[in-house]
Amino acid sequence: MAWSREEIAQRAAQELQDGFYVNLGIGIPTLVANYIPENVQVTLESENGMLGMGPFPYPDKVDPDLINAGKQTISELPQSSYFSSADSFAMIRGGHIDLAILGAMQVAQNGDLANWMIPGKMIKGMGGAMDLVAGVNKVVVIMDHTAKDGSPKFLKACDLPLTGSDVTDLLITNLAVFEFKDGQPVLIELAPGVDAEEIKEKTEAEYTVCPKLKRHLHIQ
Amino acid sequence: MNKLKNNATVALEGILFDGMTIMAGGFGLCGIPEHLVIALRDSGVKDITVISNNCGIDDFGLGILLQTRQIKKMISSYVGENKTFEKQYMSGELELEFNPQGTLAERCRAGGAGIPGFYTKTGVGTVIAEGKEHKEFDGVTYILETGLVADLSLVKAWKSDDEGNLVYRKTARNFNPVMATAGKVTVAEVEEHVALGDFDPDQIHTPGIYVDSFIVGTDYKKPIEIMTTREYVA
Repeated sequence: MAWSREEIAQRAAQELQDGFYVNLGIGIPTLVANYIPENVQVTLESENGMLGMGPFPYPDKVDPDLINAGKQTISELPQSSYFSSADSFAMIRGGHIDLAILGAMQVAQNGDLANWMIPGKMIKGMGGAMDLVAGVNKVVVIMDHTAKDGSPKFLKACDLPLTGSDVTDLLITNLAVFEFKDGQPVLIELAPGVDAEEIKEKTEAEYTVCPKLKRHLHIQ
Repeated sequence: MNKLKNNATVALEGILFDGMTIMAGGFGLCGIPEHLVIALRDSGVKDITVISNNCGIDDFGLGILLQTRQIKKMISSYVGENKTFEKQYMSGELELEFNPQGTLAERCRAGGAGIPGFYTKTGVGTVIAEGKEHKEFDGVTYILETGLVADLSLVKAWKSDDEGNLVYRKTARNFNPVMATAGKVTVAEVEEHVALGDFDPDQIHTPGIYVDSFIVGTDYKKPIEIMTTREYVA
């Protein structure tokens, strides 16, 4: 059985380490904040200019001057700080953020990532994604293993415009987890009820299988 | 000289011309110069190149300048929430130059600081890097990006004193401080005008040297794009 959105977020949350400064993208990555392990303290950065992002506000505390990069209303914490977009991306580009978790449309076997544009169909823009994948120390990518029509999204080469080249460190799909070691993907974990054969069928990218491949019953 | 102007129309008098480049602060609808944008629309100035992270929504913020077709070109990082934008771009009416958000912020910062170009690894290996100089530093490839300067910068702050010293509020700061530095002329709009001496000089975000004039806006709408809340737990 494939992992649900919540389970994928839970799996991604296992990458968080105590003291990390973390940037979470829009969608499933935002859910990761709900699964921060006990005894782990992380500081969330929002690239529109805030460190120490708090949870959604209570209804009577909503403030239009306080939003995250997904334009959702949020709250502040005692340790929060605000700064300009230039300062925000200085900390991103300068390698001060430990971990970024973001969504993808396609990932390639060399770590290329595409998540901002479908030519002729969808024009939204890259926002801060290109800066994040170029500057953040570890990049965790989350996506469905296949497209709605069943075609693979983990490919030999992306055919969509890239967000960054050779930038993916860990790929978490609803079926499996791949770690990029020296630029090469290694299958390290399988979702419950998924076997290596199924992954092979649904993946175009070439990868190796970790000898200690972990088969999950469910995410803890 | 008096930097405080009566209203947005007065503040923009004699500054606007067709074909000009205008920076506008804000992220989404947060921290946008909403009154100055309306005055810009009412002035009828056209063929504008707008440098702004987003382009508002269809009927608020910079989006209203798309409806009147006053914008010729946008330099932005994200336009996802605006259908008019997408339509005008797809039909070829509107030019669009996508910049990664951090590159856009740094281009404004550099422009305001007299730095004509800088190297960044953002965008290497993507369409953003096409046609740009590549250079290696310590084995890592970077691309050359240029500084941006605008004919006019429109920014939104929380408070200003008579000198035009500005203080922003929470995430409404975003692009405003860097854009304030990168306009040949910079006009600010604020919610509160305070007396000289009311600010602690240590706490000023934008020193008044960057601000040519300011207005005090009233009835701020500050629409919220995505309302997200949590429940009180009894």
